[in-house]
Amino acid sequence: MIVVRQKPIDDILEMVARHKRVLILGCNTCSAVALAGGEKEVETLAELLRLATSRKGASIEFEGAVLQRQCEPEFIEELEEGGFDAFLSLGCGAGVALLSEKEDIPVYPGIDTLFIGASKGLANWQAECSACGECVLGETAGICPVTRCPKGIMNGPCGGVSDGQCELGDRDCAWVQIHERLEELGQDECITETHEPRDHSTKTLVREWDMSEPGERK
Amino acid sequence: MSLRAAFAEGRFAVSSEVGPPTGTDVSEMLETADMLHGRVDALNVTDNQAAVMRLSTIAACIHLKQHGHDPVFQVTCRDRNRLGLQSDLLGAASFGITEVLALTGDHVVVGDHPEAAAVFDLESVQLLDTVATLADGSDLAGNELTGSPEFFVGAVVTPDANPIRPQLAKFEKKVRSGARFFQTQAVYDAESFLRFMEYARQFDVRVLAGLVVPRSARMARFMNKNIPGITVPNAIIEELDASEDPVQTGVDVTGRFIREVREHCDGVHIMAIGAEHLVPRVLDAAGL
Repeated sequence: MIVVRQKPIDDILEMVARHKRVLILGCNTCSAVALAGGEKEVETLAELLRLATSRKGASIEFEGAVLQRQCEPEFIEELEEGGFDAFLSLGCGAGVALLSEKEDIPVYPGIDTLFIGASKGLANWQAECSACGECVLGETAGICPVTRCPKGIMNGPCGGVSDGQCELGDRDCAWVQIHERLEELGQDECITETHEPRDHSTKTLVREWDMSEPGERK
Repeated sequence: MSLRAAFAEGRFAVSSEVGPPTGTDVSEMLETADMLHGRVDALNVTDNQAAVMRLSTIAACIHLKQHGHDPVFQVTCRDRNRLGLQSDLLGAASFGITEVLALTGDHVVVGDHPEAAAVFDLESVQLLDTVATLADGSDLAGNELTGSPEFFVGAVVTPDANPIRPQLAKFEKKVRSGARFFQTQAVYDAESFLRFMEYARQFDVRVLAGLVVPRSARMARFMNKNIPGITVPNAIIEELDASEDPVQTGVDVTGRFIREVREHCDGVHIMAIGAEHLVPRVLDAAGL
């Protein structure tokens, strides 16, 4: 899923400061699962913003609603006119973008889109995929070096590993894990094989994917 | 002198390093180089070391070369994509700077511009392949070069890495990708280093033992705690602790280490980290 994180209240207030009536718009798919864009989060954020605005002596009205998915036009069409002069979207970047395209008032992001991740426990997600457009997980025992190694190294650990920890100190070294897992899986050839430089054009050139017109695949 | 020449003549090679300044005044760097002249075969020129911004490595290499020194051009992959790296390798070679140390480089997050984009379009193994491609007369896109460089390229290895197996697998990739010599992360335990050398000897590469003079027990403990891949044994820390002149003890410890490993490796690389004046003293202590 897409993992997101709510922006600080002060940052949100600064964005919407010149508006009078703002609709906080949740997104009931990834954002809701990431505990940042469901009904409850929309209500809580509306309360917080009302409180913060009144403390500053400003007068902005905040209402809340939740769309099933902001990244699909048919759900956006369900939106009813409510006299709003801005939207505060709690959807990922795709949601903000499509809302902006379909609506004629400003749309502000209330969250930051962090990564494609997997659940590691209660309210805890780990980045697992960077949507690079050229998946190598088959050669790296399902552990993504593009995502999990801060340098995106393709050929083994750098000199910064200390007791299996990354030099950034906040994570395990992806390449130590890849090695251990490849050994467990008996895929030793993947350990010794040199990976060539990645093809970044894949990511740059795949800006739209239309299944009805697949065209030539890179 | 140069590393290439030292190896060709079968001499025990000695290299050290200088860091370009944060600014345009290169006088101190050149003074350091002059002070080491005649005592070392080559000087590594660091590349925004520890992700801290400095004057361009190529410019520093050219200054050194013009003053009669033999630079080893350190190249990291942090700040340039494959176009920039190839351009710079060719640019350096056009000035006769052909001894290259290929590194991935520290992440920007640990340096002084942590908000910068970290490039890492290539990494050390792929950079070695790139050097080999340029030396073969074409670039990574397959375009033919007008004039191709003859590089003498090296890489780094951490003999005390934990865990060690992934590190050695990478070492072997670097060997296959054309690394002719290796500089190690700082090593202190001769026995452990000799075990590594026994392994490394199956490959046709030259190995320089990396050395950092421990100037106090505090510095040794700091390195153990904070620098990945460095282990200063307790016996050395105790020796430094008990010493009335820990700097001299550090020099002696380093000299002793060199004497112990001299017959088993091809040279030493002394990373002075701001204490370049100790390099001649270490070499004296080692009888070099």
